[in-house]
This record gives sequence, structure tokens and C-alpha cells, in this order.
Amino acid sequence: MSTPLLEISNLKTHFFTRAGVAKAVNGISLTIEKGEVVGIVGESGSGKSVTGFSIMGLVDEPGRVVGGSIKFKGRELLTQSVEEWRNFRGNEVSMIFQDPMMTLNPVLRIDTQMIEAVRCHEKVSKAEARKRAIEALAMVGIPSPEERVKAYPHQFSGGMRQRVAIATGLLNRPDLIIADEPTTALDVTIQSQILSEMQKLCKKTGMSLMWVTHDLTVIAGLANRVAVMYAGKIIEEGAVETVLDKPLHPYTEGLVGSVPSRNHRGEPLYQIPGMTPSLINLPEGCSFRMRCPKASEKCHCEPPVTELENGRRVRCFHPNL
Amino acid sequence: MAEHTQETLAQAPAVHDESLFLQAVKEFFENRVAAIGLVILIAMIAVALFAPYIAPQNPYDLMSIDIMDGKLAPGSKSFDESVTYWIGTDSQGRDMLSSILYGLRISLGVGVVSTIIALIIGAIIGLWAAYIGGKTDTVIMRIVDLQLSFPAILVALILLAILGKGVDKIILALILVQWAYYARAIRSNVLVERGKEYVEAAKCLALPQRRIMFSHVLPNCTPELIVISTVKVASAIALEATLSFLGLGMPITEPSLGLLISNGFKYLQSGYYWISFYPGVALLVLIVSINLVGDRLRDVLNPRLKR
Amino acid sequence: MLAFLIRRISQSAVVLLVMSLLVFVGVFYIGNPIDILIAPDATPAEYARAVHELGLDKPLWEQYTIFLKGALHGDFGNSFVYNEPALKVILDRLPATLELAFTAMFIAVIFGIPLGMVAGMKANHWIGRNIMRFSILGFSLPTFWVGLMLIIIFSVHLNWLPSGGRGETVMLLGIPVSFLTLGGLAHLILPATNLALFKTSLAIRLTRAGVQENMQMDYVKFARAKGLSETRVIGLHVMKNIMIPVVTVLGMEFGSLIAFAVVTETIFAWPGMGKLVIDSIGVLDRPIIVAYLLITVTMFIIINLIVDILYSILDPRVRLGQER
Repeated sequence: MSTPLLEISNLKTHFFTRAGVAKAVNGISLTIEKGEVVGIVGESGSGKSVTGFSIMGLVDEPGRVVGGSIKFKGRELLTQSVEEWRNFRGNEVSMIFQDPMMTLNPVLRIDTQMIEAVRCHEKVSKAEARKRAIEALAMVGIPSPEERVKAYPHQFSGGMRQRVAIATGLLNRPDLIIADEPTTALDVTIQSQILSEMQKLCKKTGMSLMWVTHDLTVIAGLANRVAVMYAGKIIEEGAVETVLDKPLHPYTEGLVGSVPSRNHRGEPLYQIPGMTPSLINLPEGCSFRMRCPKASEKCHCEPPVTELENGRRVRCFHPNL
Repeated sequence: MAEHTQETLAQAPAVHDESLFLQAVKEFFENRVAAIGLVILIAMIAVALFAPYIAPQNPYDLMSIDIMDGKLAPGSKSFDESVTYWIGTDSQGRDMLSSILYGLRISLGVGVVSTIIALIIGAIIGLWAAYIGGKTDTVIMRIVDLQLSFPAILVALILLAILGKGVDKIILALILVQWAYYARAIRSNVLVERGKEYVEAAKCLALPQRRIMFSHVLPNCTPELIVISTVKVASAIALEATLSFLGLGMPITEPSLGLLISNGFKYLQSGYYWISFYPGVALLVLIVSINLVGDRLRDVLNPRLKR
Repeated sequence: MLAFLIRRISQSAVVLLVMSLLVFVGVFYIGNPIDILIAPDATPAEYARAVHELGLDKPLWEQYTIFLKGALHGDFGNSFVYNEPALKVILDRLPATLELAFTAMFIAVIFGIPLGMVAGMKANHWIGRNIMRFSILGFSLPTFWVGLMLIIIFSVHLNWLPSGGRGETVMLLGIPVSFLTLGGLAHLILPATNLALFKTSLAIRLTRAGVQENMQMDYVKFARAKGLSETRVIGLHVMKNIMIPVVTVLGMEFGSLIAFAVVTETIFAWPGMGKLVIDSIGVLDRPIIVAYLLITVTMFIIINLIVDILYSILDPRVRLGQER
């Protein structure tokens, strides 16, 4: 087997706050193959965004990657120098953020922001960089990109801004794009447009995509594989259809059950009881046991990962087998 | 009885709450620097109040000063060896320490009086603007904005150039410089408070609007007013000192700290530094301690900053 | 844009008109200029003639109209002391004041903005805390007090720098300036530092607040995610966002520098128009006082207008004429 594009093993990213250490990412392992679309699903605070930032080397103070390894094309990222990190970001892996209203610098023109992204990785002329920017804008479906490239961010709508952000991410033809809930802040119609655009792009360019979201329905249509995160750990992983159709972990089951569905009109929606635990004060053993209908004495110990066929994995003592 | 129930129902949130007050006091003293500032401030106020009793000399009693003692360095004995001038004397032979104590009294008095009057005027105008609204409000706020766009010193300069010197005139100038801040602060606070639920509740009880304003809305603006006026007292004192230093403020018969500094300024070059220096130190300590207290009050009293 | 300009300029004209009325009524009507113009032992007939010659027997509004007409032509009357047109006396002193104010602003910008950036990025470090302490001090110390201390320390005690005057000047584009000669520069340093202190503190605060606010923004993270160097992220992305409010506020404050120059000029005997007006108030040289006040207010209004326009150029999100 060839080396996977991205290989995360036992990654730990902790935040050293005054109130204590918040274990936002607490030992996750994940691989992404070339051309694969992987969804990371979880509630807010489950550590899914922090995973993305860890890969980019952009964890904010007081956070720090404290353990594990992240290998990209077999190369260890965590030991990179500052300059190597800089060269890696936006070049081999790009990231797109949640709120398109905030990601673009409001006082710089789009062309400035796109050209600098090209020229900090490749020595090309401004004209050449501009040409590439216009191509990228066209690729994400921005009409008359030659003119729009001269505009300021506030002259675009939210959806258009997110397209600009995506186009910026595409400029250096990265092998992987990390998308951190990029459609959450958008209207549903715009969201589906962007999703289909992204799908096409991945097929066309063969790049991989890591899509971080709390929305299972987004993942269902987009991803090949999905990893479900809870309290800093991946608790279930597998091909999208199998995980959504036959969730093994009680938490995944709860998540799937919480999605409003057309088939059960009028019935009360399922909700997972209780609250997400504080990352500073995680319960011993399985972090979900306080809310889990199946929890037993055993769950006070850390449940092991059970490996099943086709890369299906689950971290639970009582999976729905 | 019915009246009483109404009162409690529409009670503004915890303005008079004793425990909250104590909590604020406790929180205030958690910051050591601010606590020291407060102690110094209280000491200075006390010293200023009792200046006639504790000053070694009455600097304005011509009988007690001796021109032979003029410009003596700190620590010198008087000509007849009866007194020691710990921080020297001025050109007239006045004990600097006594002059400073009296000067402190005048500086503090002018600063506090003008601030209180400005606060009252500003509060009334601000409330009025918020209460009436519409055109009146717009016109008042235009004037306020316009005035605040000019630096205080320029406004005071214009007024004093027109009116001339005098205690009443400088107080008037300090009031004119300050009122607009209060008017604006009160107005914006009232507009915010008025939208809150307890005011709605009071309205539902059909309490007269004026009563809502004075007994419910205004008390809730008090913390902010306390903070602003503390800081403004300091800037009023500084402005008065500046104007007096320029010779535009206090008359020679009412020597505030600024005037003392100004008197000593002539002798600065000749090496008699203490005539200017020590009143300057007193002024500095006064202003800095007020500002320390004000800064801390802002932290303690402003719930928006606390979060 | 045009509509905005017209509205602003007409507003400014109204403000100036009101100001001129206030100042005129205040200075010329409340205080009677005749008393210092003629000898105290003049006969009632002489007195009446002088009143008539000066037009003081006309109704107030007529006097004001005459004054306004003169003022519009730059005629504020002759200075009693210098026996020259008041406007000319003031304009002769204007370059000195402007040089002082510009130098002070320059000092405030080159020290205040970098210090503010450091304070913002190292907010919890001792460096950041000390910078903030300095700025609090700079805010609460009265300007004249600091000036005094500067003289005591650098002129009297250390004897490094002169304590007053403007030193040697050279002509630059027909205007005498100090900063191009060594002696002039030595004279300029203390007063400019004194005048700059308050604005430096202000620049520190504004920049620090801007840095802290902007560093948390997503656009900074996105810029980093693009692979930009930290130098470019801070030097271009963050700076450009901070510079808008900082430039606006400091620009507005330039007018107050000119007003505060009154204090600094008096302390350091700097021969600018601020010292002139204080001297004139002392000797009741009314035409100078009136001319100074109206010129300063006019400069103030013009500066505010320029800053507003500058703001719209700097910030692409602001559309002039559509505000509020």
C-alpha cells in the first residue's frame, strides 16, 4: 500500500486555560487518502475544528499540540520549522473557514488578497498571479471574474464571499482542503450550490477534502467516509452510508436520530439527553457514558477501538452490532 | 400597601442592594494600587479640609510671613530660627508646605464644585433630551457633539478670554467644558435603560413617566455617572491648574496649585526649583490618585466590562 | 460625495458664524475696548468722538456686520500692541506653531503606534503592561506639569537642552523652520516631546485596542492559512485595519494639538501663536484674541473635514453622503 495523503495518529491538542487544561483533541487517529472526501461530524466543542487547525499548525494560544503525529505524504508536520509551516499552509493544504463575512480582510481588495496567496509560495509575476486568481474565481462560479476581482469583500454577498475564500484556497492547487463548517453561515439554497460546486471540484482536480460540520445531512451527500467526534475523540468511523444507516455507537445513533426526517412527521424528535461535558473536567472512561442509555459499570474504563471490516471502527463497549 | 407592592414589582434591578454595594467595595480593594490611591486621595481631601488647622503657617496672613525668609531651600530654618521650612519658601517668604495645603483646598474645591454643578446641569439636559426626544433631542445632541469636538482647553480659553479672571469665571468655564459629557452619557444610558423590562413593567403599572425617569431610570445610570465624574474631577483640576498656570484662571488672591506652580516658574531657571516642584508633586499625586480610583471604579461598577 | 461636501461646508459655515458672533459679542461688547484705547483723562467730548470714530455708537448688529465684513476680508483690525494688522501678526507666528504641532504628531506616531502594537501583542507580558502604565500616566499628567519637569531635568539639572525659544531657523519654501538646524532641533525637542506626550498615550491605546481586536479576527487566521508570513499578516492585514481608526482619531486630534500648543509654547517660550494669544490676553490686545480664536476654530473645522474625507478614502466600506 502507498502512503496515505494525511495520516494523523494519536493527536492531542490541549488548551491551557486558567480554569484548567481543556483537552480539545485527545488522541485521535485518522487517515485521508488521495481524492477522498472525509466528513468530520460532531457537536460544537467536540474538537473537530481544533483538529483542522492542528493540521494547519494554527492552534491559537493558549492551545498547543502536546502529542501524537501528523504525517503529510509521509512527512512529519509537527517537527517543521516556522518557514516550512508557512510554505506548507495554503500550498499543500488549504483551509476554509466558517464565517465568510469574517475570513476576507475587509479593507483589502480581492485581487490583493488572492495575488499575495499565490506569490508567497511561487515566484510568479503579479500579472500571472492575477490570471490565476481570475481562473480560480471562474472555477468556483463567480460571474465576470475579471471585474469582480477588483472589488472589496463587502461588495459580495455571503455565498459569493465563501466562493472567493474557496477560490483563494484553490490557488496553489493543494492536495487537501480543510473546510471548517464553510456552509453553516449560509442560506440552505446557497449551501447546496456550494456543496455541489465542491463535489465537482474534487472530482475534477483529484484533491482530497476534509469537511468539518455538525450537520449530518451535509455529510450524507458529500463525503465518502465520515468520522464522528465526541469530546476530543473519534468515537466512530466508516463509509458514509454504513455509518448513517447503521450507526454503531449510541452517540452516533442519537445524532442520526436527532435529524428531522420526512418519514416521521408529527412524532416528537429524538434528543440526546444531557449536555456536552466540559473539556476541562472530562469524566473518567467513556466521556459519553453520562448521557448514554447503554452505559454500564464497564464504561468507567476507557473503551477500546473495535476494528470491523472496510475500515469501520467504533470506540464503545456496547456497540449496536 | 398597594403602593408598596407596586414599588417592589417595578423595582429597578438592585440599585440599592446593600450586599451588592459591599461586594463592589470588596472588589475595589482587591486591586492594591487602587486601594493605595483611595487612601492617598482620602488623606489629601482630609488635609485640604483641615488645612487651616494643620498648616504650620497661614500663608495669607501678612503678619506671619517674613520677606527675609524668601526663597529658602527645603529644610532651612527661618530667619529668627523659630520654624523649619521643610520644603522651602517662595519669593515672599511663605512656607511652601502651608501654601500647598491651602492650594490643595482651592484646587479640590474648584474641581469638585464645578464637576457637581456640571453633572447636575448635564444630567437635567440629558434626561430632558431623552425624555422629549424628536427635534429638541436632535438639536441638543448636535450642540453637545459640536462642543465635544473642540478640545476643552480651547473652549475654556475662549470663555476666559471673554470673561476675564476670577473664581466664578473659572468655575463657569469648567462647567461649560464638562456638562456636555454628562448630557451625552445620561441620554444614551437613559435610552438604553428605557428599553429594558423593568421600565416596561413600571409603565404597565401606569406610573407617571417623570417618576419612572427619576426613581427608576436615573438610579440605574448612577454607576456610570460616578465613574465619569470621578475621572472628570481629575481633568477639571488639571484644566484649572493649566489655566491658572497660563495666568487665565484663578486670581492672585486665590492661589490654587496651578497658580503656585506658575509663581515658582519664574524662579525655575535660577535654581529655586522647589517653589514650582512641590506644588507640582501635590497636583500630580492628587490627579493620579483620583484617576486610579476612577479606573478601578470603572472596572468594579461597569457590569458590561465584567462579563 | 459632492452633496456630502456641500452639506459639511455649509454646516461648518454656520458653526463659524455662531462662533464669530459669540467671540465678537464677548470680546468687543462685554468688555469695552474704548477704555484702553484713549487716555483716561480724556474729556467727554473726546470720548464721544472716539466712540463715534470706532463705530461703537451703532447698534450691535451693525457693528457685528462691519466686523464680519472685515473678517471675511481678513481684516480683524490692528493689534494694539504691534500696531500691525492682527491677521498678519498671527500668520507670522503660525509656522512656529505648526512646526511644533507637526513634530509632536510625528513623535506621537513613530513612538505611539509601534509601542501600541507591542502592547497589543504582548498584553500579558511585562513589556505590554509597562507600556500601558506609561500611557495611563501620559493621560493623567497635565501637559504643563510635564513641561516643567522636562525643563527641570533636561535644562536646569542636566543642562543638555535649552529651555526656551526657537533657536536658529532656516527658510524652507519661504517659511522659517527650526528642525533643519542643529540649534533649532535642540530647541524643538523638549517642547515637541511635551506636546506629544498626551497624543503618544492616545496612539498607544488606540493601536493596542486595534491590535487586540483584529488579531482575534478570522481574517488574520485565514491570512495565515494562506501561508503568508507573520510580517505580512501583521504589517499589511492587521495594520491596514488598525490604521483607519488611528489615523482618523489622530487627525482629529491635530486640531487639539494646536490648541494645546498654547500651554507648551508658554512654558518653553516658543514664539508661536499660542504664546502670542496668552500674551495678548494679558494685555487685552482684543483684535489678536479675536483673530486667534476665529483662525483656530476655522483650522479646527477644516481639519475635521479633511479627516472625514481621508477616512472615506482609507476605508472602502464607508460611503460618504450615505452615513446614518
